[in-house]
Amino acid sequence: MQARHRKLALIAFAVVAVGIATTLVLNAFRSNLVFFFTPTQVANGEAPTARTFRIGGLVEAGSVKRQADGLTANFVVTDTARAIPVTYTGILPDLFKEGKGVVAEGRLGDDGHFTATQVLAKHDENYMPPEAADAVAQAQKAQSTVAE
Amino acid sequence: MIPELGQFALIVALLLALVQAMLPLAGAWRNDAALMSVARPAALAQFGFVLVAFVCLAISFMVNDFSVLNVARNSYSRLPELYRFTATWGSHEGSLLLWVLMLAFWGAAVAVFSRRLPDAMAARVIGVMGLISVGFIAFMLITSNPFERQLPAAIEGNDMNPLLQDWGMIIHPPMLYMGYVGFAVAFAFAIAALLSGRLDAAWARWSRPWTIAAWTFLTLGIVLGSWWAYRELGWGGWWFWDPTENASFMPWIAGTALIHSLAATEKRGVFKAWTVLLALTTFSLSLLGTFLVRSGVLSSVHAFATDPARGAFILGFLVVVVGGSLALYAWRAPRIIAGGGYSGFSRESLLLANNVLLIAALGAVLLGTLYPLVVDALGLGKISVGPPYFNAVFVPLIAPALFLMGIGPLARWKNGRLADVAARLKWPFAAVLASGFALAFALDEFKPWAALGFCLALWIAYTVGLAFRDRLRGGGDLPRAFWGMQLAHFGMAVGVAGIAVVAAYSSERDVRMAPGGSAELAGYTFTFRGAGPREGPNFHAMRGTVEVSRNGARVATLHPEKRVYTASGMAMTEASVHPNFFRDVYVALGEPLDDQGAWSVRLFHKPFINWLWLGALLMAIGGFLAATDRRYRLGRAASRAAAKLAAQGA
Repeated sequence: MQARHRKLALIAFAVVAVGIATTLVLNAFRSNLVFFFTPTQVANGEAPTARTFRIGGLVEAGSVKRQADGLTANFVVTDTARAIPVTYTGILPDLFKEGKGVVAEGRLGDDGHFTATQVLAKHDENYMPPEAADAVAQAQKAQSTVAE
Repeated sequence: MIPELGQFALIVALLLALVQAMLPLAGAWRNDAALMSVARPAALAQFGFVLVAFVCLAISFMVNDFSVLNVARNSYSRLPELYRFTATWGSHEGSLLLWVLMLAFWGAAVAVFSRRLPDAMAARVIGVMGLISVGFIAFMLITSNPFERQLPAAIEGNDMNPLLQDWGMIIHPPMLYMGYVGFAVAFAFAIAALLSGRLDAAWARWSRPWTIAAWTFLTLGIVLGSWWAYRELGWGGWWFWDPTENASFMPWIAGTALIHSLAATEKRGVFKAWTVLLALTTFSLSLLGTFLVRSGVLSSVHAFATDPARGAFILGFLVVVVGGSLALYAWRAPRIIAGGGYSGFSRESLLLANNVLLIAALGAVLLGTLYPLVVDALGLGKISVGPPYFNAVFVPLIAPALFLMGIGPLARWKNGRLADVAARLKWPFAAVLASGFALAFALDEFKPWAALGFCLALWIAYTVGLAFRDRLRGGGDLPRAFWGMQLAHFGMAVGVAGIAVVAAYSSERDVRMAPGGSAELAGYTFTFRGAGPREGPNFHAMRGTVEVSRNGARVATLHPEKRVYTASGMAMTEASVHPNFFRDVYVALGEPLDDQGAWSVRLFHKPFINWLWLGALLMAIGGFLAATDRRYRLGRAASRAAAKLAAQGA
């Protein structure tokens, strides 16, 4: 009897633990997944305005402008087809450069302006963030299909 | 000549690894002592040849032999000598060679320190280690040859990734790999046990010190990586839940569960099948980590190269190891005889609860790490799972494990009484709760997570003290294993306190600073004295001067730098930190803003951050003490004495 009780208690404990863990995980998952959209998708209105997401592409050449406080930067992220204006307040990563790949996380305003809370730092000069590369590739593929 | 010698040594090492794998395993199977006796010399010779290969690669780096592709890509003639040496393992190929060197080292260590193991057991363990070596050396020679030449030779190298030019990076990879690969020993012991059917307390005692040693190295490796990221990435963070970090953290969680489960298997003969499964899992996670970081499926700091052949090879190897060992487990595990019984409240059941919680946490981290990869691979879009997910899942699962950590060591084996423990701990529990909340209230702002962290830290620290008192009252001596466990637990308390404070009360500001201007953060005044040029050996830098004072008293003068490395043209932020026991003050330069010498500057105040490193260090020291307990060594001397007696008798 004793051994059976123990086994039952252990099984019950394991079931409860797994149940709690699963609930936690699914809850956290639902609310914390960050989706990625290309500038084209954003321009087509596919991106949500209610939650944060990531955009990626190239920093358009000549688009980086600093405001008077010195810390707020405006720039444009493009996938070569469509472009999204972005604002970020803070220190930009070392490898943030015009013409280079960038990924930004933040929210889209009703005016179509993206306010970034984070501009992702990548650590290799020649390295293109996969999201940014993907966005450009998709846009170019779409354009070439249109051209045909 | 030197690179060819290195490559030749690597090929010989591969052949020796084949011998080390095949003959002893066959010998153990056919009970042939001659074949089994090949194991030790083969393991030692394999280590010798891998070491020769490693030294050859290091020499190529030291003498700037840019005809070697690997050297040309990852070194530079003006790189300081120390970094030229560490560049040996700064690249994909070099770090694999380091992996293989560590693996051969552990194999040789088993060969040397396994005299008291039965011959068949030692032969199987060393044979399995040989099999793993075969896989990895073949992987190097086929897809990632560190000695590949290029013609014509490059005139100059591309320089080492500037981020790696830091002394934290000198020791982080060797420690991390010692840990990763050390679990191969635990894995080999588990496979040997399954093959022989011998799975008893003696088996657990043999495998324990090795497992604890691997865990100790992995702990050090992870914390060195975290410390490096904190200082070198310039973002003031110490853990990002980045997939490369998770890759090393998952084997750590599984390894932590394993050393606790092994304790129960050794002392009480329980959880045998579970312990074996954990040993298989832990090393499989080490391999998974290697796959994630080395195949380039995640593109982040550690993945320098993307090459599908590499990914496919490691993935194939992973499938063979995981599939093979699980199949062996499924076949042999039913024969494992269950150990003694224990009641619902005993040290065994508490260790089991600890294991369940750790494995649940591990599952959550695994899901968050792999899910984006799977979604991406299936072409369902790109998503990322960030720190909020991991924090939301990990903290609630680990907090109860930390609570149980206080009770476990105080509960008796086999048959504890909940009522006794509850009677003993109810007032201390109330006191811990009260003082934890009081501490959180006493700090500038009440944060519930900080209160939870304080309560858990105080709880663990108190119960560690209690365990010492019990032990001393009992009149027993204090063996190293006891010191080790308590010190590691106390280190966890220190680390948890550090995490609670640093997560809740850190502050940071991005400010625009003109020369002579100042800014306030957390009671400190930062005054910028401008930035001027400085020439480094392989970089140009702008070096800022920031005076830090508090209530008018000078605290420190910090010199953060912005560097541009000459060979790669890469820009790097070199933060400047003033540490003390209770806080770090940390300054990083952003970028120049105008012609008047104004810069954007990032200021950090990180209270208790050093408690984190201290806690991890205590855990590692605890691990070291536990792994070198007299019990494990006595066994060897005793068995040698017994063998001598037997010989004399004969």
